[in-house]
Amino acid sequence: MSDITSQTLTSLVKNIKEKKLSSEEVTKAFVDRSEKSKELNSYITEDFSNAIDKSKKFDEKPNLDLKLPGIPIAVKDLFCTKDIRTTAGSKILENFVPTYESTVTQNIWNEGAILLGKLNCDEFAMGSSNETSFYGNVQNPIDKGLVPGGSSGGSAAAVSGQLTPITIGTDTGGSIRQPASFTGTVGLKPTYGSCSRYGIVAFASSLDQAGPMSQNVEDCALLQEVISTYDNKDSTSIDFKRGQYSKELTKDIKGKKIGIPKEYRVEGMPKEIEELWKKGIEYAKDCGAEIIDISLPNTSYALPTYYIVAPAEASSNLARYDGVKYGFRAKGENLIDMYEKTRSEGFGSEVQRRIMIGTYVLSSGYYDAYYLKAQKVRKLIKNDFDEVYKKVDAILTPSTPSSAFKIGEKKNDPVSMYLNDIFTVPVNLAGLPAISIPAGLDSAGYPLGLQIIGKAFQEQEILNLAYAMEDKINFKNKITDWWIK
Amino acid sequence: MSKENSEYLIERYDNVYEVVIGLEVHAQVTSNSKLFSSSSTKFGAEPNTQVSLVDAAFPGMLPVINEYCVKQAIKTGIGLKAEINKRSVFDRKNYFYADLPQGYQISQFKYPIVGEGIVILDMPNGQKEVGIERLHLEQDAGKSIHDMDPQNTLVDLNRSGVALMEIVSKPDLRTPDEVSAYIKKLRSIMRYLGTCDGNMQEGSLRADVNVSVRLKDSKELGTRCEIKNVNSIKFMQMAIDYEANRQVDLLEEGKSIDQETRLFDTKKNETRSMRSKEDAHDYRYFPDPDLLPLEVTEEFIEQLKSDIPELPDDKKKRFIDEFKVSAYEATILVSDIETAKYFEEVVAKMGKNRDMKLAVNWITSELFAVLNNKNLEISDSPICAKNLAKLINLIKNGTISGKIAKTIFELMMDDDKDPQVIVEEKGLKQESDPKALEALIDKIINDNREKAIEYKNGKEKLFGFFVGQAMKVSGGKANPKLINEILKKKL
Amino acid sequence: MSIDLKTIKHISKLSRISVDEQKAEKLAGDLNSIFKFIEKMNELNTDNVEPLTSVAETTLKFRSDEVKNQNIREQIIKNSPEDNEDFFVVPKVVE
Repeated sequence: MSDITSQTLTSLVKNIKEKKLSSEEVTKAFVDRSEKSKELNSYITEDFSNAIDKSKKFDEKPNLDLKLPGIPIAVKDLFCTKDIRTTAGSKILENFVPTYESTVTQNIWNEGAILLGKLNCDEFAMGSSNETSFYGNVQNPIDKGLVPGGSSGGSAAAVSGQLTPITIGTDTGGSIRQPASFTGTVGLKPTYGSCSRYGIVAFASSLDQAGPMSQNVEDCALLQEVISTYDNKDSTSIDFKRGQYSKELTKDIKGKKIGIPKEYRVEGMPKEIEELWKKGIEYAKDCGAEIIDISLPNTSYALPTYYIVAPAEASSNLARYDGVKYGFRAKGENLIDMYEKTRSEGFGSEVQRRIMIGTYVLSSGYYDAYYLKAQKVRKLIKNDFDEVYKKVDAILTPSTPSSAFKIGEKKNDPVSMYLNDIFTVPVNLAGLPAISIPAGLDSAGYPLGLQIIGKAFQEQEILNLAYAMEDKINFKNKITDWWIK
Repeated sequence: MSKENSEYLIERYDNVYEVVIGLEVHAQVTSNSKLFSSSSTKFGAEPNTQVSLVDAAFPGMLPVINEYCVKQAIKTGIGLKAEINKRSVFDRKNYFYADLPQGYQISQFKYPIVGEGIVILDMPNGQKEVGIERLHLEQDAGKSIHDMDPQNTLVDLNRSGVALMEIVSKPDLRTPDEVSAYIKKLRSIMRYLGTCDGNMQEGSLRADVNVSVRLKDSKELGTRCEIKNVNSIKFMQMAIDYEANRQVDLLEEGKSIDQETRLFDTKKNETRSMRSKEDAHDYRYFPDPDLLPLEVTEEFIEQLKSDIPELPDDKKKRFIDEFKVSAYEATILVSDIETAKYFEEVVAKMGKNRDMKLAVNWITSELFAVLNNKNLEISDSPICAKNLAKLINLIKNGTISGKIAKTIFELMMDDDKDPQVIVEEKGLKQESDPKALEALIDKIINDNREKAIEYKNGKEKLFGFFVGQAMKVSGGKANPKLINEILKKKL
Repeated sequence: MSIDLKTIKHISKLSRISVDEQKAEKLAGDLNSIFKFIEKMNELNTDNVEPLTSVAETTLKFRSDEVKNQNIREQIIKNSPEDNEDFFVVPKVVE
């Protein structure tokens, strides 16, 4: 049943609702393909036999009114799942089994979905290539030896490689959109406050957002509709009117004003990206949108700001991993010795690096120069967006400054790795929604993505734009199943 | 060392030093659940049975603020006549410790919920104002137990996340007595408001004491030391005395004082440096990104203001004005809200013909003595206000004498019996019928003729003998006032 | 500005992450290159700018003062590295 795994979520839901497929058939198909795809290293924890049991149970008494009836879904290993090990890609949580469920995953199970397993990611979501995971690299299904992007690399590879019909990732500085772009898939980072952070292992609280990753825009809209709920367990969750995104999806974007920010034309950007962007502008015009040149003057300060704010928050968020209550503990002669060894052995080098950066920028004597300054620059960056949104409905940019790179290529150069997030980071700083859609291939045949940034809470608007453009772009991912022997 | 009754000065040779004290009081907010989680705050539960996933800082757990704790903090601020900040911010104070599961404490650093206020102390030599710098909300930590296991430290997180108010005074205190008065007043205000039970034994009220010394008449502040977590008024006073003298000795030796955190050793009665904590002093405060700024409206504050009960200072003033008690008596009566309540109830039950003097005396001497003996709070008094009022009225209207009243008072303690009933059952009613008393006295004079003559001949001391006889013969029931009058007439 | 080994050791102590000489040198190198790129921020004048802590343009919502959690000690202790039914256990604290 290889045709099952190549179906979109929407068509699987339709087939199950029309009883053309059973949940068991669908689940077995994805389990089977996942079993054959170990070389991608997408999973950290598999829950396959439970998944099949659950699918059988679903089929016994199928509730077909649900939005995800009996659909098997693997999720990023940053979401706490009750009774299923949750590692955040770290050694320090190697044996951690939550007794609780994140709000976002609970919303998914409430709509009838079934957990397939937990997907690989950069350690504590800190990375852009999935190379910082304690559980090893993830291979990009596009080509052997290629990174899938990060931090939601396992999630992107699993969707692109058809190991799960859809998935959820988290995005702090581009962790959904960049891997989506690298794997030829669709990824949405919702408005800050749209999806509850309850039960998601925190990286940087003021930036983290969960979001859907899918094969197409329609699937993405459906999952966003399921996961976005107001949650009183998260004080930053926002109570706004959430749309029926998949039902209200339309390709009619006539007259929509799309801004093109000149500052995103960065130095050293490959010609192919420039070309892609131009093509994207043409597609948008073809759909009836109006193109407006805009300026976001403080764009170049976004990355430095991000690399202060995110590590600062992370240094504090990760203080709870101290070997006392759960997770890995190294032996120590006394409490302090135990702390220092546990954290030194339990965290990987990138996480340690960011904790150090964060500790430094918050430490006495440096707070004002770095952390406070960054918060002020963050305000200016947000002001830039507020200003242009008086004139435009959305902004179109490339998703990344390059296509997927080789495993190991940037591993030892943190700054060049960080530069990967140059187009995605400003969106997190301003708390806006943005979607990455596949828009073409580079000369090597690697996918490239375009990013559509919307106004706060206007997920429907960017989903519609993406939906219309997806139709025009008509992208086809070249997956050869090279990893299946 | 200390001079006069109110001054507290330290003398060395020609130098006279003044002691400057500021207090950081940690008061546990009275609430059902914790500041950021729905766990119970009850004292004395089995270890780790009042711990939620939030309190134990599990991955992905988030704080959600308890409205009642916010109200309690604002009410306390109102009680301290302080400025209430409509916008305040929760910060993270970062440090590692076994009983701090998050690796940070959520507190308010830059923008506290309550700003400057005032506490008025009633000292023997008059009133003294102590400035309040600020009051902020923060989480309590858990408890590390070092003496249950020889190799390990055990951690109980029941207290982790309980709401505390940190109340910071200005360095306005000068003597250990003022410190005691300040703590007592603060506790009294919070108990009136119901915002903190003030129980120091259970740790609901603890204080860090900042002590510095300077030459008398100097205007500059000396280098201060902070004595951490002292949990009784007596220990605070002892710690201050030790610390102030230590600092003076250092200065006299020409040495300087290091600004540091010190610990009071209650066994050795000394303070000592906690140097091991020094390197961890960079707390890296920053606004907690899991919480938005706390904003309250004018209406919210006004609503709370309208709910504020009469506080000790106002009550004292009213007691003096309305009940004509002395300032000293009023201070005692209002110091504890339950005492004040009791007193007011007695006054109310006494009715129109009330005798304040009697009421104050019976409460502050007889009743207090009993409570003290039995180690009871006035709210658990064996004699209710209504019955005490009745007893006082029986004295006032001459039904019983003061002496008999004491006997009745003892009897009332069983089952809180109505004094009227006791008087009737035991026939203790005072004899106030002049005819009956005249007959009684005639008989006594008759039986003691010789002494009556001696009296008439000038031995005036014998008057007491006749009064005594009258009381004895009447079984103590004779109205002493009438006895006096009749005796004078007849002898 | 450059971050020296002493600073690295200080922040590693604050972060409770042990660092040996070799690791400290590597970290110093990494952090210096990262901060060189971060310093770009200083070009901007931010004198009259309000710092932005959260993009969520809403105020803190209140929870009512109800005790909802029952005793879940077993769940709480379950994942802890040392076996003990009542307490979390850590190596002796040296003061």
